[in-house]
Amino acid sequence: MRHRAGLAALLGPPMLWLVVVYLGALAVIFATAFWTTDPFTNLVLRTFTLENFRELLTPTYLGIIGRTLLIAVLVTVLCMVIAIPFAFFMARVAPRRYRGLLLAAVLVPLWASYLVKAYAWRTMLQPEGVIDSTFGATPGFGLTAVVLTLTYLWLPYMVLPVYAAFERLPESHLEASADLGGRPWTTFRRVVLPSLLPAVAAGSVFTFSLSLGDYIAVQIIGGKLQVLGTAVLQNITLDLPFAAALGTASVVIMVLYLLAVRRTGALENL
Amino acid sequence: MAAQTATGTPAIRLDGLRKDFAGTPPVVAVHDVDLDVRAGEFFSMLGPSGSGKTTVLRMIAGFEEPTSGRIELAGEDVTRRQPYERDVNTVFQDYALFPHMSVAENVEYGLLVKKVSRAERRSRVAEALEQVRLGDHGSRRPSQLSGGQRQRVALARALVNRPTVLLLDEPLGALDLKLREQMQVELKGIQRDVGITFLFVTHDQEEALTLSDRIAVFNAGRIEQVGTAHDVYESPASAFVAGFVGTSNLLTGETARAVMRRDGSFAIRPEKVAVVPSGAPLGGPSGSTADGVMTADGVLEEVVYGGPVTRYVVALDAGGRLTALEQNAGTRPDAAALHRGARVTLHWRPDHVIDVPGQPSPQSSSAPEPASLGGLAQQ
Repeated sequence: MRHRAGLAALLGPPMLWLVVVYLGALAVIFATAFWTTDPFTNLVLRTFTLENFRELLTPTYLGIIGRTLLIAVLVTVLCMVIAIPFAFFMARVAPRRYRGLLLAAVLVPLWASYLVKAYAWRTMLQPEGVIDSTFGATPGFGLTAVVLTLTYLWLPYMVLPVYAAFERLPESHLEASADLGGRPWTTFRRVVLPSLLPAVAAGSVFTFSLSLGDYIAVQIIGGKLQVLGTAVLQNITLDLPFAAALGTASVVIMVLYLLAVRRTGALENL
Repeated sequence: MAAQTATGTPAIRLDGLRKDFAGTPPVVAVHDVDLDVRAGEFFSMLGPSGSGKTTVLRMIAGFEEPTSGRIELAGEDVTRRQPYERDVNTVFQDYALFPHMSVAENVEYGLLVKKVSRAERRSRVAEALEQVRLGDHGSRRPSQLSGGQRQRVALARALVNRPTVLLLDEPLGALDLKLREQMQVELKGIQRDVGITFLFVTHDQEEALTLSDRIAVFNAGRIEQVGTAHDVYESPASAFVAGFVGTSNLLTGETARAVMRRDGSFAIRPEKVAVVPSGAPLGGPSGSTADGVMTADGVLEEVVYGGPVTRYVVALDAGGRLTALEQNAGTRPDAAALHRGARVTLHWRPDHVIDVPGQPSPQSSSAPEPASLGGLAQQ
C-alpha cells in the first residue's frame, strides 16, 4: 500500500499537469472551435455551429493551409538534404577530436534568441543587405525568405538525431555491404539510408511541427505572407472560435503527419 | 569454382604482405608475410590478439590497404582492388547483419547488388538457408534470432555468393561453449559440402586444431609456423608455438642442461609427463616402460583436479617447474601420496621431448603461460 501511495505522489503532479493543462487546453480549443461570436460585442457565444470549419474550406483559408503545409514540407526536406551529408561528415569523416567542436557549432545557435536570429536574417535578406551585395540579388521578404530562415532555425533538430544515427551505424555494416559487392552508392542507398530513416523521421517531426506552428519569423521576414500561425493571431481577439478552428486544423495536420510517419515503422525503432 | 582453381594455383597467395599503422613511431601490424593457401583447404590463422591475423584477413577482404606486398586470389593480383571487386566474402565477428532487412533479404543482398535474376536469387537464397538449417526463418528479422542462428545467417549470406574464398573473422567468438562446439562441427561439415576455401581467424588453439587442414601460427605480426594440426602441436617450430598451441613445459638454459643433459631449449607436453611418489617404481599409471625414460625429481606444488584430468605442478630440484597432466581413467592406488609438498619423480619418454629452436632468455627455465612465452619469443 505504501508503495502505491508513493507511486501516486510521484506520478500525480506530472499526470495532473499533462491531463489538465495539456490535454485540457487542447480540449478547450477543440470545443471553442464549434462556438461562435456575437457580431456586435465580439463576445464568445456558446452555441454549436460548424460555420468555422465551413469557412476553413473556403479558397482563402485552404490557400493559407496549403501554403503553410508547403513551407513545412520544404523546410523539412531542406533540413534533410543539409543535415544528412553534414551529419555524415561529422560522424564518419571528420577526425574524432574535431567532433565535439562541430557538434558545438551545430548547437550554439540554439542558445541565441530566436528573435535575434530572425532579425539577423531580415538584415541579411533586405535590399542592399549582405546577400544582395554579395550575390547581386536577394529573394526579398516572402515565402523563400521564410523557408530559408526556418530551415536555419530548425536545422539542429535534424542534425542531432541523424548524427547520432551515423554514430550508431557499425562500420562492419558498411564493410559487409562492400564485401557482398555493393558499390558506395548502393551501400548508401540500401544500408545507410534505411538505418537513418528512424532518425530522419524523428528530426522531421520537429522541423515539420515547428514550421507548421511558426508565426513570428513569418511576421519578421515573410512580408505579407499569410500562414496558419498568422491567421490565428489575427483572429484571436476578434473571433476566438475561428482562431480555435484554425488551431484545430494544425493539430489535425500534425496528427495525420505522425500517423504517416508511424506507417513507415520509423517510430518503433527510435 | 573451387574445383577449377584446385589445379595447383593457390586460392590465396600473400607475397611480402606488410601493414604499418600510422603513429610515432609507426606500428608494424604485419611484417612481410608470405603465405599460400591451397584451393579447397580449411586454413586457420591462429594467434593471440594483436598478432596481426585479423589485419591480414582484412587486407585480403580489401578493408585495409597493405603498406607493401601483394595479394593474389586464384592467381589474380587483387592488391589494389576495392572490396566489392574481389571474389571473397566475409563472415564478420559481430555478424554485421542488416537490421532493417529480413533474414532472407540479408542473404539475398549480395545476389541483388550483383543483379542476379529474381528467380535464381530466390532459389539460391532458399538453398543457402536450407544449408544452415534456417529454411523456415527467412521472413524473420535478425533481432528475432538467437546468437547461433545469427551466426548461421551470416554464414549463409556469405556462402550464397559462392566466393573463391570465404573469410571468417573469429566467427564463433561470441557464442557460448556448447554452441561453439556444435557450430565447429557444422562449419566443418558445410566446408566439406561446398568445397570452398575457408580462411579462418581464431585465437582459440583448440578450435584451430579441431577444424583446420592447416594452421598458420601468428605472433607479433609474423608467421611462426605453417603446418597441419599434428605438425604444429607435435613439432612446434618455436618456443612461442610450443607455448601457444596447447600448453607446454618449456625447459631452457641451466635447467635444460641439468634435466636433459644437453644444451638447448626443450618442450614437453604435460600429458606426456607422468608423476609418481619418490622411490616408487616408474611406469605406473601412464604405462610407459622403464627403459630409457628420462626422470626429474621435485616437490609437488599443486594438485588441481579438473574432472576428466588432474594437473600436477612440480617444482624441480634443478630449478623451474613442470606440469604433468593425467587422465582420471581410474583411481590411483598411490593418490594419497600425491599431496602438496610431497617428493615426487617425473618421467617421460625421450622421443616426446621437442627440441625448440631459438634461444629464449636463460633466466626463466619454464613458462607454461602463452603470455610469458610470447614475451620470450620476441627477445
